[in-house]
Amino acid sequence: MSATPPRKSHYSAWSLLREGLRGQRGWTPAWTDRDPDPAYDVIVIGGGGHGLATAYYLARTHGIRRVAVLEKGWIGGGNTGRNTTIIRSNYFNPQSAALYDLSVRLYEGLSRELNYNIMFSQRAIMEIAHTDADLESMARAANAMRISGIDIELVDRREALAMAPLMDASPDCRWPVRGALVQRRGGTARHDAVAWGYARAADTLGVHIIQGCEVQGFEIEAGRAVGVRTNRGTIRAGRIGMAVAGNSSVLAELGGFRLPLQSYTLQAMVSEPLEPCLHTVVMSTSNGAYVSQSDKGELVIGGNLDRNPSYAQRGSFAVTQSVLSTLVEMFPSFATLKLMRQWGGTVDASPDNSPLIGPTPLPGLFLNCGWGTGGFKAIPAGGTVFAHLLATGNHHPLSAAFDLSRFTTGALIDESHAGVQH
Amino acid sequence: MQVFPCPFCGERPDAEFRYGGDARKARPARDCSDAEWAQYMHFRANTRGESLELWLHAAGCGRWIEIRRDTASHVVIATEPMNR
Repeated sequence: MSATPPRKSHYSAWSLLREGLRGQRGWTPAWTDRDPDPAYDVIVIGGGGHGLATAYYLARTHGIRRVAVLEKGWIGGGNTGRNTTIIRSNYFNPQSAALYDLSVRLYEGLSRELNYNIMFSQRAIMEIAHTDADLESMARAANAMRISGIDIELVDRREALAMAPLMDASPDCRWPVRGALVQRRGGTARHDAVAWGYARAADTLGVHIIQGCEVQGFEIEAGRAVGVRTNRGTIRAGRIGMAVAGNSSVLAELGGFRLPLQSYTLQAMVSEPLEPCLHTVVMSTSNGAYVSQSDKGELVIGGNLDRNPSYAQRGSFAVTQSVLSTLVEMFPSFATLKLMRQWGGTVDASPDNSPLIGPTPLPGLFLNCGWGTGGFKAIPAGGTVFAHLLATGNHHPLSAAFDLSRFTTGALIDESHAGVQH
Repeated sequence: MQVFPCPFCGERPDAEFRYGGDARKARPARDCSDAEWAQYMHFRANTRGESLELWLHAAGCGRWIEIRRDTASHVVIATEPMNR
C-alpha cells in the first residue's frame, strides 16, 4: 500500500535562493513511483504527456482521486520525450482549430497552474511559402483559420526574411522565400517539463503513477472491460483510458478490435549547441523540414515521416539525409554544423490526420490517440477532453467530432493538406 | 535504405516500393453496411511484429506484391506476387 506523499516544496525564486544557500538539501521528490493498488476508479494506460495530463484533470477538474497512470517504461519516455516541442493551433478545420487553440491557451497558463516551469516560449512559428502556389494556398488557409479565431498572418518575403535572416535570400536558390504564414502565439516548450510538471501536480492530488507496469490484456466481464492484466498483477477499474500513441493498435488487438491507424517512425535530430541565431520556428511547407533553436543552443530539426510502417523507434538514413539536405539549402550557414543526436518515435497516423477520441467497441475502454506527428502540442487539450470523457462517460463538446464513428458517417476532419505536420 | 526482394525484379531499394496496406483484407460485398465499408476502408491490423502487407513496386515493374515483414525489426521474411 502506498503511504501519503510527502508535502511538496513550492517552486519559486525564493525557494531557489533558499536551497542555494542551504546546499540544495531541502528538496523533496517531485512525485512518487507507486506500487499498484488492486482497484481504481479510473486507470489511464500510458504515462506520456496525454496520460499524465488526463490523470491530473481527472483529479483537479472532476475530483476523482482514485486514479492510476500505468506506464510500461518510464514517464515521458515515449513520444513525449522524442518530439520537437512545437506548439501551435493554426489548423484548417474549425473543429481542429478549437481543440488545438484550447491547448495553446492552456499552455499559456500551465507553468503557473502546475507550479512547474515548462519554459513555453511564444517565439512565433512561420511556415515558409516557396512558390506563388504556396502563397495562394496559404491565403486560403489563413482566411479559414481567422474565421475560427486563430491569430494567423500572411507576411511578405521581406518580413519573413527579417524574422529568420539566416535563410537563403537569393531568388534563384532551391527553396526561395516568397512569404510566410505566421502564428505569433506559437512556439516551443520543454517537453520533459510538461510530463514532469503534470506528474508532480497529479501526484500531489493523489494520483498513483506506476512505472514499469505493462498492460498485457483486459479483464472482461459480461462484455465490459473491468480491469487490466499487467506484469504486476491484475488491476480493476471503473473506467479505463488508453493514451499510448503509436502502440494503440497493439492494445486494441488485446481488446479485440481494430483502429484506423498506421504506426510510422517520425525522426528528429539536434545539432551541436551554438550562439542564439534563430529566434522563431521555421517550417517549410513544400518539403517538411523544420528547425528551431533550443534554450541550450542546439538546433532542433525534424521532417516528414519515414516511408515504411514501423514500430522500431529509429529513423531511416534516407529521411535524415533528405531533411538535412533541405535544411542546408534553406540555411546555407548551417552546413558547417555537426549533428549531435538523431532519434525516432513511433507515431499513430490516422486517415484524416486528426486524433481519435471517444469510446471504443469494448465498453469501459476509452481512446485518446491518432495525434500522429503533432501530439505534444495537444497535451493540455487532450488531457482536458479525455478526463471529461473518462469522468462522465460522455464526450467533451470539443471532442465529439473526433469520435471513431466519423469513419462510418464519413464526417472526416481532413488536416492532411495542412502541409506542415508537427 | 533497405533492400526489398521483388519476386519479379530481384533485390531493389525500398524507395522504389509504395506501401499498400494489409494483405489480408477482403473487400466486402457491394451491398455492405456503412460500418462494414468503414472497417474495410480505414481500419487495419497495424501489427507490431510479423505483418503481411501489400506493396506496389511503383518505380520498378509496377506490380503489386505481398511482403511478410517484421514491423519492429524491419526484417523482410518473404515476398511473393500478390495472391488474390
